[in-house]
Parts: sequence; C-alpha cells; structure tokens
Amino acid sequence: MSFLSEALWVLLLGSLLGLELIGKVPPTLHTPLMSGANAISGITVLAALTLIIKAGNDGNTPLLALGAVSLGFALFNVIGGFLVTDRMLAMFSRKSARKENR
Amino acid sequence: MNTAVIVKYAIDLVAVLLLALGIKGLSKVRSAREANRLAAVAMALAVLGVLVDSFAGGISSTAWSWIIGGTIVGGLLGAITAQRVPMTSMPEIVALFNGCGGMSSLLVALGVALFPVMGAEGESRIVEEISIVISVFVGSITFTGSIVAMAKLQGWLSTPPWMQSKARHVVNIALAVVSLIAAIEMIRNGGSGLWLLVVASALLGVGVTLPIGGADMPVVISLLNSYSGVAAAAAGFVVGSQLLIVAGAMVGAAGLILTQVMCNGMNRSLVSVLFGGALGASSSSSGGGGEYVNITSCSAEECALTLEAAERVIIVPGYGLAVAQAQHTLREVTRSLESAGIEVAYAIHPVAGRMPGHMNVLLAEADVPYEQLKEMDVINPEFPATDVVLVLGANDVVNPQAKTDPNSPLYGMPVLDVQQARTVFVVKRGMSAGYSGIKNDLFELANTSMLFGDAKKVLGDLLGELKELGVGKK
Repeated sequence: MSFLSEALWVLLLGSLLGLELIGKVPPTLHTPLMSGANAISGITVLAALTLIIKAGNDGNTPLLALGAVSLGFALFNVIGGFLVTDRMLAMFSRKSARKENR
Repeated sequence: MNTAVIVKYAIDLVAVLLLALGIKGLSKVRSAREANRLAAVAMALAVLGVLVDSFAGGISSTAWSWIIGGTIVGGLLGAITAQRVPMTSMPEIVALFNGCGGMSSLLVALGVALFPVMGAEGESRIVEEISIVISVFVGSITFTGSIVAMAKLQGWLSTPPWMQSKARHVVNIALAVVSLIAAIEMIRNGGSGLWLLVVASALLGVGVTLPIGGADMPVVISLLNSYSGVAAAAAGFVVGSQLLIVAGAMVGAAGLILTQVMCNGMNRSLVSVLFGGALGASSSSSGGGGEYVNITSCSAEECALTLEAAERVIIVPGYGLAVAQAQHTLREVTRSLESAGIEVAYAIHPVAGRMPGHMNVLLAEADVPYEQLKEMDVINPEFPATDVVLVLGANDVVNPQAKTDPNSPLYGMPVLDVQQARTVFVVKRGMSAGYSGIKNDLFELANTSMLFGDAKKVLGDLLGELKELGVGKK
C-alpha cells in the first residue's frame, strides 16, 4: 500500500502544481503552451520503455511489439510536439530580437 | 538502495523540476523558447532515468532492438510532421499529436492487462486493475476524440444530422453505461471486460466530439490535451512510475486551466460546449437570427481609396483569414500602407481564429512585427481615434450585440469595439452567420461596408488597387 499512498500524494501535489504554474498566460502564448503541454503529456514514453524492458526480460515477443508501437506513438507526440512548439516560438523570438536591434 | 536507484531518483527529481520550470516559462514571451527546450531536456533526462534504473536488472538485446525500432519510427515521423505542417493547420496537428499520446497510454495499459508482467498481487492487483481501467478508458477517448477533432478541422468529416438531435445524448449515455459495466466486470473478474471497455470508450470519444461545432473545437482539443495528461498519470499508476504521475497530473491540471480560459473568452461554459451542441440551433428561435437590412457592399477599389486617405488603420483578423491562408497577402497590404506613412495595428481578440493565440502565430509567420499585435484591452480605447478598421473573416468577436443587447446569447462576451472607428470594412465570404449563428448588427451600421469574397482574393485585389493608386511607392 505504501506505493499507492505515496502515488496518491504525488498525484495531488502534481495537480496543484499544474494549477498554479499557468495562472497568468498572455493569449499570444496559449497555442504554444497547449502544444508544449501536449508534448509533455507524451511522457508515457517512460511507461512504454518500462514495458519493453520488462517484456524483454521475460522474452515476451507480443508484448515487446505492443510496447514498441506504444513507444512509437508516444515519441511521435513528444518529438513532434516539442519541434512544432519550437517552430511557433521561433517566430516570436525573431520578432523581439529585431525589435531590440532597431 | 543501490547506486542505480539513487541516481534514478536524483535524475527524476531534476526532471520534475525542469518540467515545472518549463511549463512556467512557457507562459512568458521572453522565456518561452528556452522553456520549451528545458522541457525537452527534462523529457530526455526522464528517459535516461528509466534506462539507468533498469540497467541493474539488465536490458536484453531484444528489448534494445525493439526500443530502437520504436524510437526511429516514432521519432522520425514526429520530426518530419513537425517540419512539414503549415502554420495554418496548427490546431489539427496538436490534436493529432495529442491523440497519439492517448493511444500510447492505452497500449501500455492493454499490454499490462493482457500480460500481467508487473507482478502485482492481492490489494495492489486491484489498484493495478483500477489504474488499467482508467488508463484504457481515458486513453481511448483521447485517441478517438482527438482524431475526430482533427478530421473535423481538416474538413474530412462533417456531423451527421442525427448526431445533432437529442438522440446523441441517449447514445452517449448508453456508451458510458456500457463502459462502466465493462470496467466493473474487468475489475471483478479480471480481464474479461477489457475489449468491451476499449470499444465502448473509443465510440464514446467519437460520440462526444462529433457533434461539437468548429468554433468550440479548440476548447475540446484543450480538454482532450488535459485528458491525455490524466491518461499518462493513470499509466504511471499502472507501471509504478511517480515521475509519470507528476508530469501527467501537471499537464492534466494545466490543460483544465487553459480550457477554462478559452471558455471565458467565448463567454461559454464548458458544460454548454460539451453538451449544448451548436449554439445557433437553440438561439435562432430566440430572436438571435433574422434578416439583414441596409447592407452596404463595396468594391476593392473603394476600399483602397479609403485606406489611402487614412492615417490610422486597425486590422481585425479572424477565422476567415486562417482558412483562406491570407496572412502573407495581408502582410503585403499592410507593408504598402506602412511605407505610405499610415499607422497600422492589429487587434487580437483572445479567441480569434481557432484557438487563443492562433492569430499571433499566423501573423508572426507572415513577419508582422510583434509590437503591432495589440490585445483587446489595449486596443479598444483606440478605436474612436481610428480611421479605418479592416475586419478579415471575424464575426462574433466584433458583434456589438454583446454589449448592447441583454437578450443576445453573446451578451457579456468581451468584444472589439470596431464600430467606434470612422469606417469599418468587413471582408467576408457571404452573409452567413458566424460560429454562433447570431446576426451581427455591425454589418448594418452606416459606417460599415462589406467586401464579399475569400479573404486572400479580396486582399490580393486590394493590393492591386493600392499599387494602381501609387500607395507606398517611393
């Protein structure tokens, strides 16, 4: 039970942290923030990795395949998400850099 | 506690810290880009943590080859998609990525359900079953819901008529009940309800998302983004990873806040977005609709002549601009105005376009200087001192009814006071209503002229006329 109670505390505190973190966001950044948060939600890569490693130790091929597909989906989300967010934000920072140069 | 475990805990703690700083940094323009990279680094650290932790137990070579295979396929596709996608389809791509995150959580839970590898027994077995149920349920809804949202935004899917009737509530409630029964069956008898749960919750994701109108889609995507966080947290319970739980919970909570912000901007409650269907259906009967009278339409030439004589012009971009992908043409028009010494600003309504911030991204892509983009509260007092307002494919966000008519469904929604400017030009494809289906009194005002047509074409014509007039030539 100790993992459960710890995990529930972690869940609670993590949620509260999330609520506090983005109290004030300028509307400009809503889309990039959404996209960035979306990339972070691809953190299920960790679960997929854990699954593959366990399956590898058991020599369980169907589970290995399932884990690999899951890993692929998660990484698609993570890598795509971070890159797209960066692309959006790059356009903003270029503008502000030019402003300072003027 | 051996060294590997301690190292893993240290890495995890740093990763959580960086993730939190990353999300926080993303909320400020100056730090946003670094923050995004910080979050990416945190993610890499988290992956490293899992590998370090498992290294003690050994990672078999077969496991490595599957890991590398999955990484290459998923990572490459993600990178290519991210580079190729045009900025105008940003909402769709966020929906697609989000759906894949949900799918990943679903697959992990399925794997653990089919092959009980985590070795949980007794009470922890029940906890595991409950986590699996939540992960499967939320993961399926996130996946199918996101894909439907993407297809609807791309125009691949339209809502069948029966989905707009009350019957859909019956269907959705039935699907929810079936999911619940399957979940209980699965927890009590171990596994037998699994496939029923997958199918029922996948259909529920479709059933809930399909009837929602285009205007509300951003809210739904944001909500689904929050769900994918919840799915990740549930997967964290399944595989026993606290880092996963924290990150999932943070994204889940942050997504909820963002959803709420979007709802506030549109003066709608989340409940009415999810269950109300299209706003127009209910409001047209209550006097919101009606015929337009006294519409003045004008040509690009007349508009160009007025623009030439102006000293101060404000552009109000909206959904129509994004659909027509007219941001570059718009930028050319404003460039020639600027070089003629005319002051140009852009009024950005918080929910203009398909998502909050959508217009900023679009205009930034077209090289519009950041400081010309003005938020609603800043620009509203400036309208009375403005000569010309050019409304490009925006409708509800410039409807004066929201301030003047307490019976209007829009009443109370913050809007741009464009009617206070000397002249207003509205570029619009036709006289059809906006998302809300509500008549816009602005179009009937004496100082408003309509330019009918696709935003890109109208702006192209306008550019031609301005050139003929010699505006901006040095």
